[in-house]
Amino acid sequence: MPNMSAIVHPQQRHFNPYAENGGTILAIAGADFTVIAGDTRQSEGYSIQTRYAPKVFRLTDRAVLAVNGFAADGNMFVKKVKQRLEWYKHAHAKDMPLRAIARLIQTMLYAQRFFPYYVYNILGGIEEDGSGAVYSFDPVGSYEREACRAAGAAQSLVQPFLDNQIYFKNQTAAPGRSHPSHLPLPDVLSIVVDSFTSATERHIEVGDGLEIYIVLAKGRSLQGVEGLHGLRELSTQEDGERVFVLQRDLKKD
Amino acid sequence: MSQIWKYVRVTPSGGRVRGVPARSSTTSISLPGTPDHLSSQSTLILRFVMSIMEHNGGSVVAMAGKNCVAIACDLRLGAGAQTIATNFEKIFPVTDRMYLGLAGLASDVVTLREKFRYLTNMFLIKESRPLEPSTFAHLVSSTLYERRFGPYFCEPVLAGLERTPSGSYKPYIVGTDLIGCLNFAKDFIVTGTASDKLFGVAEGLWEPDLEPEDLFETISQTLMNAVDRDAYSGWGAVVHVITPDKVITRTLKGRMD
Amino acid sequence: MSAGFDFSNHSRNTFLSEKGLKVPKATSTGTTIVGCLFKDGIVLGADTRATEGPIVADKNCEKIHFISDSIRCCGAGTAADTEFITALISSNIELHALSTGRKPRVVTAMTMLKQRLFQYQGHIGAALVLGGVDPSGAHLFTIHPHGSTDKLPYVTMGSGSLAAMAVFESSWKPDLSREDALKLVTAAVSAGIFNDLGSGSNVDACVITATETEMLRGYVKPNERTQKERTYGFRRGTTAWTAEKIRNLVVSEEITPIGGEEMDTS
Repeated sequence: MPNMSAIVHPQQRHFNPYAENGGTILAIAGADFTVIAGDTRQSEGYSIQTRYAPKVFRLTDRAVLAVNGFAADGNMFVKKVKQRLEWYKHAHAKDMPLRAIARLIQTMLYAQRFFPYYVYNILGGIEEDGSGAVYSFDPVGSYEREACRAAGAAQSLVQPFLDNQIYFKNQTAAPGRSHPSHLPLPDVLSIVVDSFTSATERHIEVGDGLEIYIVLAKGRSLQGVEGLHGLRELSTQEDGERVFVLQRDLKKD
Repeated sequence: MSQIWKYVRVTPSGGRVRGVPARSSTTSISLPGTPDHLSSQSTLILRFVMSIMEHNGGSVVAMAGKNCVAIACDLRLGAGAQTIATNFEKIFPVTDRMYLGLAGLASDVVTLREKFRYLTNMFLIKESRPLEPSTFAHLVSSTLYERRFGPYFCEPVLAGLERTPSGSYKPYIVGTDLIGCLNFAKDFIVTGTASDKLFGVAEGLWEPDLEPEDLFETISQTLMNAVDRDAYSGWGAVVHVITPDKVITRTLKGRMD
Repeated sequence: MSAGFDFSNHSRNTFLSEKGLKVPKATSTGTTIVGCLFKDGIVLGADTRATEGPIVADKNCEKIHFISDSIRCCGAGTAADTEFITALISSNIELHALSTGRKPRVVTAMTMLKQRLFQYQGHIGAALVLGGVDPSGAHLFTIHPHGSTDKLPYVTMGSGSLAAMAVFESSWKPDLSREDALKLVTAAVSAGIFNDLGSGSNVDACVITATETEMLRGYVKPNERTQKERTYGFRRGTTAWTAEKIRNLVVSEEITPIGGEEMDTS
């Protein structure tokens, strides 16, 4: 017999088009390089959907985009940004500058103000003046250029650690000395790896693998990148900015 | 923080909705008669209901070092987003070499401080033997579990030196959730509104076998950088470093915003 | 002081929650706990992760609790509840053994646990795997938070129970050897550790036979943290402070002799 009470009383149905897929991303800008990293675990609730779902993507030889939040929105958003960059290239016969990509991303996010892409974006790369840059966004397009930023599930674990280690917050310099404004690449890489291993220890949604993208300014020597095992170059040209990716394992529990 | 530890999940029912855009609107907008597919975005609109544990704010962290322990707290007392006082210490001496930190609802912090002072004195009178941290930890645990179904909104952290049979001292730190589940850790214990941040920083900065002065630097840096990212903690900090022959207490110079 | 729970904060807490302040609230399952029967007894297994929402509160907690010499109990659910209910039933079992003069039985522990859980109508959030060997043989039970029980040759509980049960369903058979049973339990708990986010860190195991109980704390440790890339010690003087108070715990006294010559003691 059908449940009559269900027919008599009005019932509200609810469909939630969003999901939260865990994971964490971060980016740190150096003087003439930028490092953008993300873990590769994709989860929902207590289940791992896949241990390898990239969250960091090369856009051009000088721009890398990390997306975190709702994976389906993230993938679609990256796809649309890439398409717009390709159109730009066909129209102008050059890659879009980083700050222009940042503004493009703002416009694309705000276009969806009332049905947003549920995604936190961090854009990293090299500016036209050759400096390393990081742009971080909220889901509806508010953005800012910064020296370092963490986002995603373990943002609250990683960001204060970066404040301390990158900005030297709360540290008084030794007498007669001052803190450096930019760290060298090897130091940044080890801080990135340690941030992720720490987040993996204490956050259940972080783990499995780590992908670190390194963008070097035009003409910068490979110093600090050479000899890293598992390094892969993704750049399309030898004489421009160069992009590398480095893969590391994280704990799988 | 503020949840019962489980070998499981705790639902944030009616609380902060997960995955809210940090920099977008912070007030509740509930739109009557919104079409279904649009009202689903209410998951994106922050409906801010503060938890009792967050109402007064505050955080505590304890760390073990080489033959020493340290425990530190912030000094803020708030009422929601408003700061009421900047001299509210959350760490209290229990014995010479043992300090208790209490983070959570301020009225319960005070109530428990007095309750544990009473229980400590009664123990010393009745038992006429020293109160060791491992004993006191179970006293804290049972006291909280007694109120399993009407808890104090407080998560204690205990740091002390435990006397070994050989007469030396060994570091002892322990934490509990608000209903008294003990958490024995070898490295560090965190609690309070900045607990997530403290976990992240402590996991990065803590190293084994730190000497008292180095442990002071590590715990101070951990606490200050964590509370600077927490709106409900901060406004100065106090650190206690306990060694076998002295207790060093320092007031830190931190951000006052 | 009287025994039992104290509800005196309850009306205050209800008032606070009616004022719109959120009361911390607990719900269902997490963890991976398992148990299986083998030729000579029981093997129990558990992971060692305790979580607080998505945050790992304890990386190496003990979930296999002592009931008696040859009875142990794995706990999932609200951590404090599993801790305290097993401690309580452990003492009652000891008193019962003392008064009857017999070795405690697994069914007795199971009955005590289920009666208490049923009495509290599920508010004590403990999901248990109880196993042991007594004069009537080896027994393995699961006990749910509302007090219902099952008696089975292999069991799993917690959020990792499906992952662990998949291992048991594919490989368990009657009369396993001790080594094979231990291997199977390790595989089942590992399945939970690696495939369920609520479970993690190490495998604890416990082998109970008629003659001895072996608690294997940290039996497998597949998730040790690797060496960090950098050391994070700070230069002394890095942290700025405004006031210092040192409390000396060693009372030293200096004896200054005043005037006169030393007494001739020769």
